Amino acid sequence: MQEKKNLKLNAKTALNKTAAYGEDFDLDKFNVTSQEGEYTEDLNDLDEDTQRTLLNVGIVPSGEGRLGSILMMDNAISHSSISDANIELMSLHHALEKHEWLADYSWNLVSPDADKYTAASYLENADGYFIRAPKGIKTMLPVQTCLVIGSKDVSQTVHNIVIVEENARLDVVTGCTTSKGVERAMHLGISEMYVKKGATLNFTMIHNWAEQIGVRPRTVIHLEEGATFINNYICLKPVKSIQSYPTAYLEGKGAFVRFNTIAVAHPGSELDLGSRVVLNATDTRAELISRTITTGGKVIARGEMIGNAKNSKGHLECHGLVLSNEGSQRAIPVLEANVDDIELTHEAAVGRIAREQVEYLMARGLSEDEAVGMIVRGFLDVGIIGLPDELKEDIDRTIAQIGKKAL
Amino acid sequence: MLEVKDLSVEVGGRVLLKNVNLEVEKGYTTVLFGPNGAGKSALLMTLMGFSGYNVVKGQILFNGEDITHLPVNERAERGIGIMTQRPPNMTGVKLRDLVGVIAKDNTDIEKRAEYLDMVRFMDRDINVGFSGGEIKRSELLQLSAQKPCLYLLDEPESGVDLMSIEEVGATINDLLLGESKCVGERHERGNSSLIITHTGQIMDFIEADKGYILCNGTVMCSGNPRDLLKEIKTSGYEECVTCKRKRI
Repeated sequence: MQEKKNLKLNAKTALNKTAAYGEDFDLDKFNVTSQEGEYTEDLNDLDEDTQRTLLNVGIVPSGEGRLGSILMMDNAISHSSISDANIELMSLHHALEKHEWLADYSWNLVSPDADKYTAASYLENADGYFIRAPKGIKTMLPVQTCLVIGSKDVSQTVHNIVIVEENARLDVVTGCTTSKGVERAMHLGISEMYVKKGATLNFTMIHNWAEQIGVRPRTVIHLEEGATFINNYICLKPVKSIQSYPTAYLEGKGAFVRFNTIAVAHPGSELDLGSRVVLNATDTRAELISRTITTGGKVIARGEMIGNAKNSKGHLECHGLVLSNEGSQRAIPVLEANVDDIELTHEAAVGRIAREQVEYLMARGLSEDEAVGMIVRGFLDVGIIGLPDELKEDIDRTIAQIGKKAL
Repeated sequence: MLEVKDLSVEVGGRVLLKNVNLEVEKGYTTVLFGPNGAGKSALLMTLMGFSGYNVVKGQILFNGEDITHLPVNERAERGIGIMTQRPPNMTGVKLRDLVGVIAKDNTDIEKRAEYLDMVRFMDRDINVGFSGGEIKRSELLQLSAQKPCLYLLDEPESGVDLMSIEEVGATINDLLLGESKCVGERHERGNSSLIITHTGQIMDFIEADKGYILCNGTVMCSGNPRDLLKEIKTSGYEECVTCKRKRI
């Protein structure tokens, strides 16, 4: 109890604490909405525009090919359903009521006083989703979770916990987006993920915001022995500012982490995207792959690997394309080895598409824009699987537009 | 089919080709010899229209049309295909995807991929981590899909190991024969080519009709390719250089 009280005090003192990176937002300029809202029994009942919005972030309203769905509109859970009785999917508040032990997992990996965004989320007692795959349960289909900002000028606060128990396997697709007409808002998202011994978590997140949205996710992943965490992050549409630096702690022998990031910074967008791994156990491995494009916005691609245990290996790859004179790309790879017998490597490259590559394809009969499109598509293809066709089509359309701008 | 008239080309402010005159007839296999640095590759790159190769004088005619200033893809559309010496690493672009786009309804391509032992490379990024021979086989697979009528091949045998030189040579021969059912039909129904060779090894696999020798950016000599090769093998290129000087 004393501990909780301290957390609250700490959070209060951190309410004005600026984050280490990214533009500083004044949260007082955004409204806080109720955690109670309209409930939708069936996502198919949502209007056509909302269904299209969901599809564009990989969320299938019919639930086809999905194990379960949860939808959060502003600060309220507005839908939750699961077809597999083995998997737990519900609002975090509900889960905390149901499982007393869950309190130990809450605000355990992310500190409430990390910055003003975590502090606000803590003090508002943000709700979000809770997903748990019990011991040994291996799912074949993904669970989908969707966070929508449905009102103008609000600050959406979300707190999620995902637990994959020993030798279980879970796939999650998360789509974060705004309703039609919502131009200015904030999204603060706390995610704490636990991947236990021998378990696997595939986590795919698609962001599709609007031009005046500020986004501050705070994510920490904890991995035990032999655990695997694959993170795919896709953000191809305009946004005001995203600053995100998820951190994975590999605490068990042989744990493995891969972060794939593909993002496009449009004019007026600032993307400060990073991923950090801390290799705290022997034989752990990490791969951080970042492919970013600017068509006029600012990209900062961070990547950090800290090696604290022997025989661990990590590779960091930061590639950035600059398709406009107005845009900028900054790649900041950081490698830190604190023991011997460790292998951390990185490759970083930023610049324009090589003329030589475009002409190579043109010499095979492709037009200039077909050639650029093929190169951009290849550049962004890091082998993410399981995306619905509608999202793939939307990605293709976006790439085609980017290709045209590049000429 | 291809006429190069009085062509002078500048690369990075340096003149690499001077007053080049050369002709490739329809259905004829033409070989281009020359020492290192003579400008052979620069000529092929210029014919394909790659940037950086600036034509300062002269003309390139293809089937009577002036293509000197056409973009690369329009030359490809008219039927010109190239295999360069050092194609770029195409990170992210899979061989399968490119071949699929080029081949359109060409269904023989899978058989060709098997023959060239390229099936296992189809899902790899083009040229990334490929050996010299793998690059050549990948280029030939792309050309098989593209089906041009004029092949510009820059040292097709270089970097190819002894095991796959047969496949490379036979594939080139097959591509050059085109629609012709026998060697006799080659000049009427076959494809044309301009092939750079340093060693002449490729001539063991193809029927070469005509040869040119390029030295210091200029065509020095032309004639029967086998005679020229014999001469080069005995006396090297020094004779050619002196010979031209005498003529000037």
